[in-house]
Amino acid sequence: MSRLRAALVGLVLTVSPLAVMAAEEAVTSFTLDNGMQVVVVEDHRAPVLQHMIWYKAGSADEPAGASGVAHFLEHLMFKATDTMAEGEFSSVVAANGGRDNAFTSYDYTAYFQRVAADRLELMMRMEADRMRNINFTDENVRTERGVILEERNQRTDSNPRALLSEQMNAAQYLNHRYGIPIIGWRHEMEELSMEDLRAYYDAHYHPNNAILVVSGDVTPEEVRALAEQYYGVIPAKPDLAERIRVEEPPQNAERRLVFRDARVAQEYVTRSYLAPERDPGDQEMAAALTLLAEVLGGGQTSYMTEKLQFEQQKAVFSGAFYRGTSLDDATFDVVIVPVPGLSLQEAEDAMDATLAQFLQDGVDSEQLERIKYQLRASQIYERDNVDGIARRYGAALSVGLTVEDVQAWPDILQAVTEEDIMEAARMVLNRNASVTGWLTRPLTEEVN
Amino acid sequence: MIRLFAALTIALFVSLPARADVEITEVTSPGGITAWLVQEPSIPFMALELRFRGGASLDAPGKRGATNLMTGLLEEGAADLDARAFARELEALAASFDYDVGDDSLAVSARFLTENRDKAVELLRTSILEPTFEQEALDRVRAQVLTGLRADSTDPDEIARAAFDKMAYGDHPYGSNYRGTIESVEALTREDMLDAHAAVFAKDRLYVGAVGDITPEELGPLLDDLLGALPEEGAPQPGPAEILIQGGTTVVPFDTPQSVAIFGQPGIDQDHPDFFAARVLNQVLGAGGFESRLMTEVRQRRGLTYGVYSFLVPQDHAATIQGQVASSNETVAEAVSVIRDEWARAAADGVTEEELEAAKLYVTGAYPLRFNGNGPIARIMVGMQMLGLPIDYIATRNDKVEAVTMEDVQRVAAELLDPEGLHFVVVGQPEGLESTVAN
Repeated sequence: MSRLRAALVGLVLTVSPLAVMAAEEAVTSFTLDNGMQVVVVEDHRAPVLQHMIWYKAGSADEPAGASGVAHFLEHLMFKATDTMAEGEFSSVVAANGGRDNAFTSYDYTAYFQRVAADRLELMMRMEADRMRNINFTDENVRTERGVILEERNQRTDSNPRALLSEQMNAAQYLNHRYGIPIIGWRHEMEELSMEDLRAYYDAHYHPNNAILVVSGDVTPEEVRALAEQYYGVIPAKPDLAERIRVEEPPQNAERRLVFRDARVAQEYVTRSYLAPERDPGDQEMAAALTLLAEVLGGGQTSYMTEKLQFEQQKAVFSGAFYRGTSLDDATFDVVIVPVPGLSLQEAEDAMDATLAQFLQDGVDSEQLERIKYQLRASQIYERDNVDGIARRYGAALSVGLTVEDVQAWPDILQAVTEEDIMEAARMVLNRNASVTGWLTRPLTEEVN
Repeated sequence: MIRLFAALTIALFVSLPARADVEITEVTSPGGITAWLVQEPSIPFMALELRFRGGASLDAPGKRGATNLMTGLLEEGAADLDARAFARELEALAASFDYDVGDDSLAVSARFLTENRDKAVELLRTSILEPTFEQEALDRVRAQVLTGLRADSTDPDEIARAAFDKMAYGDHPYGSNYRGTIESVEALTREDMLDAHAAVFAKDRLYVGAVGDITPEELGPLLDDLLGALPEEGAPQPGPAEILIQGGTTVVPFDTPQSVAIFGQPGIDQDHPDFFAARVLNQVLGAGGFESRLMTEVRQRRGLTYGVYSFLVPQDHAATIQGQVASSNETVAEAVSVIRDEWARAAADGVTEEELEAAKLYVTGAYPLRFNGNGPIARIMVGMQMLGLPIDYIATRNDKVEAVTMEDVQRVAAELLDPEGLHFVVVGQPEGLESTVAN
């Protein structure tokens, strides 16, 4: 089970997704009377589909002191409802040949099933049922708390890279809940109660706080009819709280962390800079940052790779990452894994010199053209994977972007100029709003 | 009430699973190269999957890791392009070439647009047939491989995997990491790269799958252009691996809060008449999601783990059934005990009628869901060819699953699952577990 896959994005560095949608992709969207948004992505080549529900609620929507409750609830959503036995949801999906799972991120929690196309009604009936009808029991809460603690053991506490990332996020955000891990702080996870779960469930799991995304061999008319029948009858929550979170104060001081762990095999230096996210109707800066990450550290021909790996041979790996699909301020990240024999200070100095040189040199226009061509090609390749398109819509709508924003994004990326990228670089590479992390071994090796 | 609803759900909604509607054509090029093709003209690109049998198990004695390092160098300079020029060319075509190696094969997975197909195929050809293995690239990629090997040395999963494989397969190539050791990789030379290249890239071990915007008439010449210059023969394949592992427990001390365990014993080959009975059995035992017995007992009922799985590992030269679990040092002994009990229960009693039906529904229903995209279909077709399956196999595969009976599963469970013969390798500081003497 790869629960919390999205959470990993927050915990480890991953290549920022580049995919853009094709003009010809068959996307339809509408809203039910109770306020539930619906997106349909059609692909009739094979008789299968994916049914997803995205709740506009993630770990950053948790109350103080209850970190991990969003993800804990995601686990409990597979327990009993008034009409379904414990475990029945997954076993019915499996008995129909399908696969189901869920994931929790800072800004959303999503549930999905991949099934044969004629099983859509069953999926909707069960998913609609658990939107309001989960029965929490003391026994479920107790055993499942053990499971999420083991999950934290496995994903975070057994992994020095994840532990450093957790500390860096906590240092990056002075006020915002993006600084608290999605899976939760252990001491708070241990205390999560049925009341915490119920409060979060009642605050957020409502049709007017959810997005239905169906992709595959299905028509918008079929989806609309079934959605009205199963989701449309669930009343909207009239007093749904507006999603206004605390804001970051000005960040005026560079932060530096050293994380020492005997399990570290490969030392590295990484730095995160606070960065603006995609906003509705205002995605130009995020587009420039997306291309900056590619130009600077996106692949074999990127600036950092050229300088640090090929020319100076100081890095085994280097890269830059930005993920702008976020409700509030995101981060722009860089990393250097030094070659053996190079100290972390030397590696950091080399990385800084490279960033400074980039600000002098500017963008290689041929490289930018190649990247833009790849972005256009990705619109063709993505038509072979409509579930991927569906996930892109779900994530974007969950952070407050609109269908129009998603559809405008490819053109906005294509319109980014070299000067836009340099302006984004000068803006984002601000050490005062950054956290630099060293992952290293303990000072003294144990004897024996 | 709840149970009744469950029964109704199954009765009302379970119908015949979707059929994977895949029409495969066998194409033989003018030069004699055979490929399986699915035409899919609706999107202007194609996926091409090449598989060379043998993979990293063709490493010469003392050269462990050579095939893996060689594979990593294929995109690091070819013909008159150095690594950076090759990367720029690949980006300019918006094509992607992935080179992957494992115990049994080296795989090349390519996808490219119709609008620049000829150029993409030519670039791919140079990477397969004319890699330069420049010393600079060799040293750079070697450093990356060594970085990975050093990371493995403190990764509990990798430590457990290495210990299990060594005990299970001994000196056979399966008994060691195909990426080599720090010592063996440090010693590899350019000459070793050329030898590894000659060992694996040959027509006598080549399998091809193509899916996308291309006709049979176009595919034949493409294959000759791409692969026609390959030599006829490569290095001999390794012989069968004797499975040496015996029942017991091995604890590998490692300072970490959560122990990781890999467990296993001899399994069943994919061409065995009982393979699908074993597949269904494993679905009930530990392959399923939350429904499997292991997940129900270890996670759902007791909260001892985030995940526990069992899986069949039918490789070319050995077949095993294995499993994996991670649990806190304080609780891993209980998890191990529960797993052994489930092994014994299934060996003694097989599965229930309900479990058999649910597993068959899942295994048959999930099959068509695998065919989701050009690349996955190309990979499935190459896998079929490597197993010697007929070209119409996809249409008949679910019938073989349907044919599995309670008696079949009972018999296979009794033969396959031996709780006494199951060996657990546990990495961590497990409380209440100690290494047994045997093995």
